[in-house]
Amino acid sequence: MRELPPGNYIHMVIEPPKSWMPLELSELWKFRELLYFLTWRDIKVRYKQTALGAAWAILQPVLTMLIFSIVFGGLAKLPSDGVPYPIFTFIGLLPWQLFNFALTQSSNSLVGSQNLISKVYFPRLVVPFSSVLAGVVDFGIAFVVLIGMMAFYGISLTPATLLLPVFLFLALTSAMAVGLWLSALNVKYRDIRYVVPFLTQFWMYATPIAYSSSLIPERWRWLYSLNPMTGVVEGFRWAILGKSSLDVVSLFLSACVVIAMLIGGLYYFKRMEASFADII
Amino acid sequence: MNDIAIRVEHLGKQYRLGRKQAAYSTFRETLLRAANAPLRWLKGERKAEQNSFWALDDISFEVKHGEAVGIIGRNGAGKSTLLKILSRITSPTRGRLDVYGRVGSLLEVGTGFHPELSGRENIYLNGAILGMSRVEIKRKFDEIVDFSGVEQFLDTPVKHYSSGMYVRLAFAVAAHLEPEILVVDEVLAVGDAEFQKKCLGKMSTVTNEGRTVLYVSHNMDSIERLCSQVIWLNQGNIEECGKTEEIVNLYLNSGLPKENLTQWSNRKGSQSIFFKYLAIYRKESQLSSREFQMGDSVHFLILLHSNDNFARAYIGLQLINFQGELVFAFHSQERGFRCDMRKGENQFKLIVPFLPLLPGNYYVNLAVLLPDKSIADEVLLADTLVVYPTDRYSSGYPFLSSHGKFFIEHQWVNLQDSPEGQNL
Repeated sequence: MRELPPGNYIHMVIEPPKSWMPLELSELWKFRELLYFLTWRDIKVRYKQTALGAAWAILQPVLTMLIFSIVFGGLAKLPSDGVPYPIFTFIGLLPWQLFNFALTQSSNSLVGSQNLISKVYFPRLVVPFSSVLAGVVDFGIAFVVLIGMMAFYGISLTPATLLLPVFLFLALTSAMAVGLWLSALNVKYRDIRYVVPFLTQFWMYATPIAYSSSLIPERWRWLYSLNPMTGVVEGFRWAILGKSSLDVVSLFLSACVVIAMLIGGLYYFKRMEASFADII
Repeated sequence: MNDIAIRVEHLGKQYRLGRKQAAYSTFRETLLRAANAPLRWLKGERKAEQNSFWALDDISFEVKHGEAVGIIGRNGAGKSTLLKILSRITSPTRGRLDVYGRVGSLLEVGTGFHPELSGRENIYLNGAILGMSRVEIKRKFDEIVDFSGVEQFLDTPVKHYSSGMYVRLAFAVAAHLEPEILVVDEVLAVGDAEFQKKCLGKMSTVTNEGRTVLYVSHNMDSIERLCSQVIWLNQGNIEECGKTEEIVNLYLNSGLPKENLTQWSNRKGSQSIFFKYLAIYRKESQLSSREFQMGDSVHFLILLHSNDNFARAYIGLQLINFQGELVFAFHSQERGFRCDMRKGENQFKLIVPFLPLLPGNYYVNLAVLLPDKSIADEVLLADTLVVYPTDRYSSGYPFLSSHGKFFIEHQWVNLQDSPEGQNL
């Protein structure tokens, strides 16, 4: 009657959580299809019931770019490293909006999936992870707009553009690292959802999107490059325009900060995971 | 030889609740609590033990491969908690579980269904959430659609489905889950009679295939049809377990509760008067119950023992909601009820002709005060009662917990159309 001979069953032990649990990232791999479906769902549902649909993916960065170009480029006359200001700021906005979206969505992801979490088991990491990934489509659309804009200004892409995925990866990992902390905290303290908009606003001004990082005094540079998004935005400008040189040291510093936050976030998340269903 | 599918050893699960602790807290509360901690410690209040309860106390049992085991018990007995631990949704506080085989759990139909997505899309999404692979769903897709009977609407967003169609589609996906161990919570309580029959049929095929099933239900008929063994849970412990027929009979005949409040440790006071037992029942039936509908007439029968004669003592009964908030306190004094205690046994009845509670779980706290207002006995969480949604005005839309804190009897009047309106 049984398909498997006895003893061939997977053995699983369920015990009370300990304070330091192994991360079990292989679990995440086992649930990769769920990750795929949840990401797919988020993408699919995002612009349903909006009148403009996916056009929002273009409108958001383009409108922000226009505002920045008028206020910072036109009125404040901020230097833009010798490229037309709209291009300069749009390249910064691309990874920023991806990061901003991924961070905001992942912070609210667990609370938004209450129903799933209290009814089904799966590694909870899948939830913030899928909301981070869902932002990539918008990024792709906005990137096409950038190429159009560059053609308009007669600027061509440099071969270094091929390195863009590296910086894209850094942006996503940063969002994931912070999103892990915030999403787990949000389950327990709903204050987080009010904190996130402020956080992203401060963070945006601490990132060279509207201005060039050459404005930052030399002695504060090290502090400035602790912000991983500085490295990402600089990297994007370097890879696409090839004008400024890449500050490898500060990029390395950024990467270290991200890795530290990510590992801390993963452990914190794992520790909180066991009680999500009870307190959500 | 390893015949065991599930081995549970001394399993316990503790939940915290209390006046101060809401379902989730804010930073401010946590900071305040941290600031007050040394003070509380000085006062001798250690970790709020009285604010927690064991939903499962000490459970041990084994299930063999191929067995279908039913889990019965009143609400609050710990059935759902047990299923949640088995399906790894929540973790135990103590004890250990060994599970041999893949577990699939169905604690609800349609978990993760998204209203904006079409039926087809939801089949894939829900399948993946329940743990099926894409290949597996693809292979069973036609079968699922066939079982659900919603072919024509496959590409319609499910928000346009009737509730019956929605449930049928959701159950169809769930029914095609093929784990080695299936954990099911009362999902059959949905849908029309015909569909329920179909679901039961499907469930018995599953058990006949030799798969291991754990099934929670209040419906003794379905338990008797599906399960060979039954575990009866009572207040977080196993009351009885064994052959279905035997245990179901014992359970149905258990009648009045044996809850003896004398053994309840969750109390304080001088104990010169103390609570012996509490029974809650609906007016019409003499059977004690913990399940009510909004608007039911509810009687609380309270038995106390007094060490002496006391003229003008006071009794109080509090209803606490699941967030730990006081919903209402019934005090004998405010009601103008003179509560005289005779030495020995005393019985009182609190009658609530109309229960204005919205659906949810409620706890009952009891207190009795001596004439000088000092506490003689206080029993926290003496009992629970569950209120189910009721369509009080037959509108087709029952009142739910989301409607607020409690129910207020009311009516609407259109003053334009009605003649009585014109007179106002």
